[in-house]
Amino acid sequence: MSLNLRELSERTEGLAPGHRACAGCGFPVVVRLLFAVARRPLVVVNATGCMQVVTAIYPYSAWPVPYLHNAFENAAATASGVEAAVKALRRRGQLQEEPKVVAIGGDGATYDIGLQSLSGALERGHDFLYVCYNNEAYMNTGVQRSSATPQGARTTTTPVGRVQRGKLQPRKDLTEIVVAHGIPYAAQASISHWADLGRKLQRAVDVRGSSFVNVLTPCQPGWDYPPEKTVEVARLAVESRYWPLYEVEGGKYRITYVPRQPVPVQAFLETQGRFRHLVADGAAVADVQRWVDAHWERLQAKARSGL
Amino acid sequence: MTARRVGLTGNEAVALAWKQIRPHVVAAYPITPATQIVERFSAYVAEGEVDTEFVPVESEHSALSACVGAAAAGARVVTATASQGLALMHEILYVASGLRLPIVLNVANRALSAPINIHGDHSDTMGARDAGWVQMYARSVQDAYDRTLLAVWVAERARLPVMVCLDGFTLTHSLEPVEVYPDEAVRAFLGEGPLDGYTLVGGEPITVGPLALPDSYMEFRRALAAAMERVPEILAEGVREFRTHFGRDLPSVVEARGTEDAEVALVVLGSYADSVEQAALRARVRGQRAGFVRVVTFRPFPAAELRRALGAAREVVVLDRADTLSGLGGPLGVEVRAALYELENRPRVTDVIFGLGGRELRDQELDALLRDGPRGGVVYLGVEEPHVLEPA
Repeated sequence: MSLNLRELSERTEGLAPGHRACAGCGFPVVVRLLFAVARRPLVVVNATGCMQVVTAIYPYSAWPVPYLHNAFENAAATASGVEAAVKALRRRGQLQEEPKVVAIGGDGATYDIGLQSLSGALERGHDFLYVCYNNEAYMNTGVQRSSATPQGARTTTTPVGRVQRGKLQPRKDLTEIVVAHGIPYAAQASISHWADLGRKLQRAVDVRGSSFVNVLTPCQPGWDYPPEKTVEVARLAVESRYWPLYEVEGGKYRITYVPRQPVPVQAFLETQGRFRHLVADGAAVADVQRWVDAHWERLQAKARSGL
Repeated sequence: MTARRVGLTGNEAVALAWKQIRPHVVAAYPITPATQIVERFSAYVAEGEVDTEFVPVESEHSALSACVGAAAAGARVVTATASQGLALMHEILYVASGLRLPIVLNVANRALSAPINIHGDHSDTMGARDAGWVQMYARSVQDAYDRTLLAVWVAERARLPVMVCLDGFTLTHSLEPVEVYPDEAVRAFLGEGPLDGYTLVGGEPITVGPLALPDSYMEFRRALAAAMERVPEILAEGVREFRTHFGRDLPSVVEARGTEDAEVALVVLGSYADSVEQAALRARVRGQRAGFVRVVTFRPFPAAELRRALGAAREVVVLDRADTLSGLGGPLGVEVRAALYELENRPRVTDVIFGLGGRELRDQELDALLRDGPRGGVVYLGVEEPHVLEPA
């Protein structure tokens, strides 16, 4: 289905104003779009992280829907419990509504410390959506590397020094790990492509069983760019094929946006301070470009083969 | 109400109690010696004998995390674990109590690694003693069954999570005759359970688990302490209700015998209560006025009751199945000493650490302890000192 911007803009339910996310933060876009497109009532389970600490500071809450925060590494397990409770309460006639449980965590909570919890919940097949707002590092604690941090990026635990310049390893491909669980729906999206993101979130809420959406959400202080550039930086990640937009439904891959004239990854890298040391180094940039191209090739092959 | 008398192990009795409690959700992970609780309960679910949503999670951390989610949503929730499993849950124990969720957890008490050991002691639950959970320790299989039912009643009224501890193997794997109550009687005692307004579903949207800054955090923690202070009263009411429904008297916080005129009083937790009570009786036959005290509820700590039960004795011997490794002895000994400190004429306290990792406590050892006379301080009972290895 296609999303109509005018209709979406008329839906008033969203994250309440006054939350304390940084100017230019990427993740409120994800949450507001989720609320706008969901056709079932939602219960949100949030991992510890930026989103939690800026939206739910006692005695205030920016959440218009039921919201639960447990700890850092267990959003998926916690969501399993909420989903099980809804099932059991409905079975006994103690609850009429049938909300969709949505777990939301950053890349630290999802790629790293919460990976076991996520894998367990996906394997059990709970009827829930897991949204990863991926800003490619531990931003809440002040920009430390995660396994989602790309090769070469400067973080406070992968600093640029004389013998080591930024992160040594390429980022982990979590979306593919999730796909390997064989869940009904998994997708990668970006806040820059709102219609694509909205459609994916809507599909992920509608689907019965486990679904997963990995959304690239640039972090202004962590990536080091001017706050008004968030959407532009995210768009360059997609246009350079650094962050491909695709979905896997019933095991079938579909690239949902193919850049007509892909820009070199250099154009994405040079928007951000975290790559400042890298962009003047032609060999290092060529390395990143090779990695991007190889991943894009593999993704295309999967989409072509109808796997 | 007519109870049935059947032979059950501790784990079977707990699983049966769960079936009768009819939790909405059980999220659990197997671990020796608690495994059969989960196995037996899974069989009840598979046979359709209980309509619980069973979540077979991938770790104990996820077990308690899922329990927190389910309880916050408004479900009645129980789970079980032991030893390393409880240690892995540790972080979320504090979340469960901090969010005031009435989760019931059966712990099959077992030693902690290293070295790895699957047998009984209290190191696991003692490590969780300050996590804001009510802790009760069962004396027998019957008591484990009864107390699991009682725990649900208490948890839902105190809005606090409750641990029911049963000694690994000694209770979990021992077959005892148990008076089992009819399902309807348990139903009448416990009702359907949770969804009571402050839940994620079934009402207005609420936010659970916010960030509390220094301007409010301490009020939350004080409220938790106040909730714990109300537990003895709720427990007292709970055992009254229990008697009305099932005709059985359960001690609520402390059980004592022969303490009125005792010169020496023995204090113990859990399944060694039988051995210790018998040792006190044998001492009386020998002409030594010995008393017996069992701490039933360790959290909140029954300090006033212990002062009453122990205040008249000259010597108190605490039998501890865990060590604080602080040089002060075991946790029960440390807290009994703290409770007695307020008395003007304090008895001398000897803290005896015994039974770690399933080491047997023999009657002769207890008799010798009483016959030779306790001398205060901390004693490690039955340790073969030449086998204690230290690097040169």
